[in-house]
Amino acid sequence: MNNVFSYIIVMALVTYLIRALPLTLIRKEIKSRFIKSFLHYVPYATLAAMTFPAILHATDYVVSSVMGFIVALILALNKKSLLTVAGAACAVAFVVEIFLH
Amino acid sequence: MESLSASHYGDYEKMSAGTIKDFRDGCRDAIPICLGYLAVSFAFGIESSKIGMSVFQAIMTSLLNVTSAGQFSALDVIARNGSYIELIMLQLIINLRYSLMSTALSQKLDTGLGTLHRLGISYGVTDEIFGVSILKQGNLYPMYSYGLIVTSVFGWVLGTGLGATAGAVMPARIISCLGLAIYGMFIAIIIPDTKTSKAIMYVVISAMTLSTVFTYAPLLKEISSGFRIIIVTIVVAAAAAVIAPVKEESHE
Repeated sequence: MNNVFSYIIVMALVTYLIRALPLTLIRKEIKSRFIKSFLHYVPYATLAAMTFPAILHATDYVVSSVMGFIVALILALNKKSLLTVAGAACAVAFVVEIFLH
Repeated sequence: MESLSASHYGDYEKMSAGTIKDFRDGCRDAIPICLGYLAVSFAFGIESSKIGMSVFQAIMTSLLNVTSAGQFSALDVIARNGSYIELIMLQLIINLRYSLMSTALSQKLDTGLGTLHRLGISYGVTDEIFGVSILKQGNLYPMYSYGLIVTSVFGWVLGTGLGATAGAVMPARIISCLGLAIYGMFIAIIIPDTKTSKAIMYVVISAMTLSTVFTYAPLLKEISSGFRIIIVTIVVAAAAAVIAPVKEESHE
């Protein structure tokens, strides 16, 4: 069994280096158009891959997860804040699960 | 930190690092982030207690990492007692976007700004803090960044502690629903841009589709969730970079 703290330290180091190296070392703009484009799309690809299909099993019932997902999509398309989108998704799932019981 | 002498050296420091007013502005601007982080990190705290992490371990994770997607994905690796290589690769790929943000932020700093301040700002490069920092008019002062960071991380750590503590005593149905918080936050970050960019819309749809294939297809489903995210990200982002390269003029 690996120590939980060594996991925490390892990931903290990796994450900090990712943030600190560009801020301290790169003073010029990146020239490669491919790398710039790749980095531009990375957050969208990563977060989308993390969200779906995992979101279907985020709650105890697929139905409440799907309803929460739909509401979050609609609110996000209307540019609602992070707090609103996350809160509303949870609230909708909660209401749906009340009806399931 | 603050020089008491009114020497020209002190003035220069003040100019490049910002003032206490910048710090207060940062704190004020980060209040919505703080509230959002409270909700999401509360969910993280609950998830961490589910895999058997202590409250202290959960709090240290949040304090040292400050990365929602990275921390949630790490829980899976820790729970499975996965390899350090997988954890490192996963953090590298999931958090690679921070290096892009750090690069963009470096262009907004005073060129004479010392390394210590640069290291300080680095600690708090997250999607939300970056979003507020990059939209700030003119130069970015470290004091402003510190205000953003202190307020945001306060919410992030407090929520984690509350979630990790309450996880054990909260009704199961509420815990169940809070599992959606992190995904709600991801959706709030990526979906709005799909309206203004066709390319981003296709990236999001492709990544979700490919991730679904990797989750359920025979053989492919044997790949762990961490590597699944890494593979999908690299394939989709590289394809998008070839098919729809971003415009040369990149200072939006």
